[in-house]
Amino acid sequence: MKLKLTVSPDFPPEKLAGWHIFNTWLQRQTGLASHFDVYESYEELHSAIDAETVDLIYANAYDSANLVRDKGFIPLARPAQQADEVVIATSIENSAEKIEDLTPGINIATTADPDVRTIGMIMLEPANIDSANSQLQSYGSYPLVAKSLMKKDSQAGFFLADAYDRLSKLIQSQLRPLVRSHIQLISHSFLLSPRAIAHKDTLQELLENMAEKENGPRVLDDLDSKGWRIPDQEEVEFMIDLMSTLVSD
Amino acid sequence: MNDMQPNDVAPNCTEQRIRLYDGSERRIFLCDEEVPYPDGKLIVSSTDTEGVITHCNDSFVDMSGYSEAELIGQPHSILRHPDIPKAAFADMWNTVQGGEKWAGYIKNLRKDGRYYWVYATVVPNKRAGVIKGFTSVRRKPSRDRVNEAQALYVEMKKAEVNS
Ligand SMILES: Cc1cc2nc3c(=O)[nH]c(=O)nc-3n(C[C@H](O)[C@H](O)[C@H](O)COP(=O)(O)O)c2cc1C
Repeated sequence: MKLKLTVSPDFPPEKLAGWHIFNTWLQRQTGLASHFDVYESYEELHSAIDAETVDLIYANAYDSANLVRDKGFIPLARPAQQADEVVIATSIENSAEKIEDLTPGINIATTADPDVRTIGMIMLEPANIDSANSQLQSYGSYPLVAKSLMKKDSQAGFFLADAYDRLSKLIQSQLRPLVRSHIQLISHSFLLSPRAIAHKDTLQELLENMAEKENGPRVLDDLDSKGWRIPDQEEVEFMIDLMSTLVSD
Repeated sequence: MNDMQPNDVAPNCTEQRIRLYDGSERRIFLCDEEVPYPDGKLIVSSTDTEGVITHCNDSFVDMSGYSEAELIGQPHSILRHPDIPKAAFADMWNTVQGGEKWAGYIKNLRKDGRYYWVYATVVPNKRAGVIKGFTSVRRKPSRDRVNEAQALYVEMKKAEVNS
């Protein structure tokens, strides 16, 4: 069997190189043929899942909810340390110093990551800003979100906190963070399709001990990862319940 | 449930007795001072199917003023503020016991008698189709929405007293 690997389609292109390297590493370690596919959009990913052409996916929390609840995917591993947190920033030339200083009608810059959007929109609620009274503009990367703020095309930008911290000092000096989330419970997860269950133990052993495997530390570096740990089913179910309280429906 | 203690509360609190759903009474102390919601945080707790607290996060502990040990095993009404009408909680319980999600603005009473407003969303924890408990996630509310809810609750409380 060929193992088909993918990631949620919110990864910016510069991060995909790391996932290609991971795919090669996985093949060497397992001796399994594996193939890394990138889907351009959520529609494409979801039809691939329906067509059963996804075996292993590194999915954001939003996708994980659907995959675990509706498609029977099995949680394999989560980041050992990092959780996905969000920073909302504005330009230093904007007079807003806190979220409540923003007003309805603004343009918001963000990326395709649905978790970042969800958390970002929640943190704008104290300013009475919602999707009906603001315009959300999606950009291909976080530096482009920053640029949109600096050019004053938008008045608020949503950043994955890790990505905000990795912006250059020069760019950061042009921005003012208004709020940073401390949720600690939301992260991407590796999920395995029920069809590939036979590989569960092998994959979990590899991921959990990746730092001790040949070339493991280098590949982790390429993924900006500090390693993975094995969650129990309830932990992932709980994250999914939590996500369901945050999405509007 | 344990009564609130005069030694725990802020100065200028007034004493009251409230009746809980199970018919029991609790002595509480109220102080007219709001504690601001912490920016960027979610206040999370879970209960069993009866509403007894089984889990809470650090933000929950910080904002409630109780220690984690004082909270686990207690009914969630340990935070009940008398300004919230019974009908609001009745609606919440009906909704989540029916397997649906509920959301609303809630004023909570701290151990020290002060209060904090939240926007709360409560969901049933369904496992293999069975409700095993409930989880509530609170976030920082819009001040305008809180003012609207507050005005509504005042009217609802008046109706409660008259009925
Ligand atoms: C998951 C969950 C979270 C709850 N959180 C609160 C809360 O933060 N504050 C509160 O007053 N009641 C909360 N309740 C409702 C209480 O269980 C209770 O119904 C309410 O305090 C009113 O008290 P009574 O039912 O004894 O009249 C929660 C219930 C559940 C199931």
